[in-house]
Amino acid sequence: MPLVSIDKVHKYYGENHVLKGVDLKVEAGEVISIIGRSGSGKSTLLRCINGLESFQEGAIYVGNQAVEDDELKLRLLSRSVGMVFQSFNLFPHKTAAENVMLAPQLVLKKDAEECKALAKKLLEKVGLGDKLDAYPANLSGGQQQRVAIARSLAMSPKVLLCDEITSALDPELVGEVLHVLEQLKEEGMTLILVTHEMNFARDVGDRVVFMHQGKVWETGASDEVFANPQTPELQSFLSVVR
Amino acid sequence: MMQFTDWDILRNLLLAARWTILLSLFAFIGGGLVGLILTFLRSAKYASLNVFFKVYVEIFQGVPLLMQLFLTFFGLSLLGIDVDAWTAAILSLTLFSSAYLHEIWRSCIEALPKGQWEACRTLGLTYAQTMRHVIIPQAIKMAIAPTVGFSVQIVKGTALASIIGFVELTKAGTMLNNATFEPFKVFGLVALLYFIICFPLSVLARYLENKNHATR
Amino acid sequence: MDYQVNFSGLVPYFSTFLSGIGMTIQITVISTILGLLVGTYCAAGRISQQRWLSSICAVYIEMTRNTPFIVQLFFIFFGLPALGLKLSAWEAGIIALVFNLGAYSAEIIRAGILAAPKGQWEAGRTLGLTYRQIFIHIILPPAYQRVYPALVSQCIIVMLGSSVVSQISLEELTFAANFVQSRTFLSFESYIVTAVIYLFLAILMRQAFTLLSKVMFKAPAL
Ligand SMILES: Nc1ncnc2c1ncn2[C@@H]1O[C@H](COP(=O)(O)OP(=O)(O)OP(=O)(O)O)[C@@H](O)[C@H]1O
Ligand SMILES: [Mg+2]
Repeated sequence: MPLVSIDKVHKYYGENHVLKGVDLKVEAGEVISIIGRSGSGKSTLLRCINGLESFQEGAIYVGNQAVEDDELKLRLLSRSVGMVFQSFNLFPHKTAAENVMLAPQLVLKKDAEECKALAKKLLEKVGLGDKLDAYPANLSGGQQQRVAIARSLAMSPKVLLCDEITSALDPELVGEVLHVLEQLKEEGMTLILVTHEMNFARDVGDRVVFMHQGKVWETGASDEVFANPQTPELQSFLSVVR
Repeated sequence: MMQFTDWDILRNLLLAARWTILLSLFAFIGGGLVGLILTFLRSAKYASLNVFFKVYVEIFQGVPLLMQLFLTFFGLSLLGIDVDAWTAAILSLTLFSSAYLHEIWRSCIEALPKGQWEACRTLGLTYAQTMRHVIIPQAIKMAIAPTVGFSVQIVKGTALASIIGFVELTKAGTMLNNATFEPFKVFGLVALLYFIICFPLSVLARYLENKNHATR
Repeated sequence: MDYQVNFSGLVPYFSTFLSGIGMTIQITVISTILGLLVGTYCAAGRISQQRWLSSICAVYIEMTRNTPFIVQLFFIFFGLPALGLKLSAWEAGIIALVFNLGAYSAEIIRAGILAAPKGQWEAGRTLGLTYRQIFIHIILPPAYQRVYPALVSQCIIVMLGSSVVSQISLEELTFAANFVQSRTFLSFESYIVTAVIYLFLAILMRQAFTLLSKVMFKAPAL
C-alpha cells in the first residue's frame, strides 16, 4: 500500500481550476521531485496533502488517514506529515532549540528534558549542534532552513513535504540544505520535494513528477525522465531550465 | 462670596485630577479586557462573527464619544437601570476603548506573516497554542507602542465625562471658572495638568516605537 | 419597563436636525481645509534645519496632542477674551478644530515626508531645483499619497470631535440633539438618531475622500 495516495484531486480557487484531477502514489521511502512551470499547481498540490488547502473533489490518503477539512483530523494528520517552507517560517522570538522543541512539547506532550535532548540531537544531525541558543535573526538562510527541517523532524513525520526550500537561499548555501535531504533519504525518509534544482532531482530523487496545467503530465524514474522526456511540454520545459 | 487664591484653584484641580486618572485607569483596564476578548474571538475562525466585530468597531469609531456618553447615560436609565455619571462614564469609555484597542491589536496580529500560522498548523498546534506561544509573543512587541499611545486618547476622552456631570479635572475647571471668573488662568492650569499626565505617556509611546523600529 | 420608544415625537424637529447637520458639515469642511494647511506648514517647519522653527512647531504639536479638545475649546472661547480677544462661538469652534487637526496632521504628514527616499531630494538638487521647489513639487505630493488613509481618519475624527463645540453653544448637530431632547424629553430617541446621522456622515466622508483620491493621485502608490 502506498504511503501517500492522491486520487483524482480537483482544486478550485474560486473560478480558477488549479488542480485538474491529480493522481499520484508515493511509496514509503521514496524521494519524489515535483517539477513544472510557475503556476502549474505544484505548491497547491503539496498544500493539499497536509491540509493547508482544502480541495473540492477526489481523495488524499496518508497511510490510512484521509485528508479531510476537519480541524481535529488535520491536527492528527500533522503528526504524519511534516512541511518545510520556502520562507522558513521560523518563530523569530524563539531560539533554534526552542523552535524545534515547541511542537513535541505542546502537541505530543513530551516533557521538557526529553524535548531538549531531542532538539539537541536533531540540530546536531543537521549540523547545527553549536547553534542551539541562537535566534533565527542571527542565523544565515541555510542555517535557518536547516533549523526548519529539524523542527519538522521533531514530530517524527512519515513523510516530509518541501516546497522550494532552497529558492530563497544564496547559491553557496543551497548545498548544505540539500546535503541534509540526502542524509534523510539514506535514513529512509519519504520526501516529496517541489524543486528547481534539476541536478538534485536527477541524482537524489527516485522519481520525477512533471506537472503541467494542473495535471501530472509525465512521471517516471528520475534518470529516465531527464535522459528521455516523452512529452513535448517536458522537453521544452527541460530545455529552458537547463 | 468666597475668595479663591491661586493655591486654592490649583489644589482643587489637583484633587479633581485624581478622578481623571482613576477614570482613565478603569477605562483602560476595562477596555483592554473587552478588547482582548474581542481580539481573541475575532482571529479565531468564526467568520460569521467577523461582521459583528466590524460593525462594533465601525460604530464606536464612527459615532462621537460625546454621543456615546449621552446614549449610555440616557439609554440605560430608559431600560430602567438608574446610572450615575460615574457608571455611565466608565461604561462608555470602556466600550469606546475596547473598540480602538481591539482594532490596534488585530492589526498587529494581521501584520504577522501568514507563514507563522501555517508553520503552526503544519506542526499540529491548536489555535490556542498558536496564539499563546507564537502569535501573541510577537504581536505584543508591535502592539505595546500604539497601545500606550492610545492611553493618551483615553485620558483626553475622560474630559468629556464632565459634560454628563462627572466631576473630574475639566468639570472642576468649569466650576472654578464660574466661581473665579478667571478663565485664562483656570483653563490654562487645567490644560497644564492634562499635559503633565499625557506628555510622559506620549514620550514613552514614541520611545517604544523607535526601539521597535531599531530592533527590526 | 414600560417605556415606549417614540421616534415620531422627533418629526416636528426635522428642520432643527437639518440645520444642525448643515452647520456640522460647514465647520468640518472649513476646519479640514484650514487644518490640513496648518498641518502641512507645520510639518515643513518641523523638518526645517532652522532649530527655532522646528522647536516652535514641536511645542505646538505636543501641547495640542496632549491636552483634551474640550479644554482647548474652553481656553480659546472663555480664556482668550480675558486677554481682550473676543471670539464668537463659531470663530472659537473653528480655531479650536483647526488647531487640533493642524497638530495631528502635521505629525502624519511629517511621517510621509520622512518616508521619501533620499534619492528624491538628491535628484531634485541635481536638476537645480531650490529646497522649496523640491519640497513642494517632488516630496509633498507622494507624501500625501503615502499617508492619505491616516489623514482621512484624522479628518473624520475632527468631524466627530466637532460635536464638542455644542458646549459653547455653536448650533451644530449635537447642539440640535440637546435642544430637541430638552424640548421633547425624548433624550434616548434624539441621541440615537443623532448617533446614526454621525455614523452616516463618517461613512459619507470616507467615501468622499476615496473619490477625491482617485482624482488627486493618478500615479500608482509607491
Ligand atoms: N491563495 C490563492 N488564491 C487564489 N489563487 C491561488 C492561490 N494560490 C495559488 N493560486 C493560483 O493557483 C495556481 C497554481 O499556483 P501554485 O502556487 O500551486 O503554483 P506553483 O506551481 O507552485 O508555482 P511556483 O513555481 O510559482 O511556485 C496559480 O494560477 C495561482 O495563481
Ligand atoms: Mg510554488
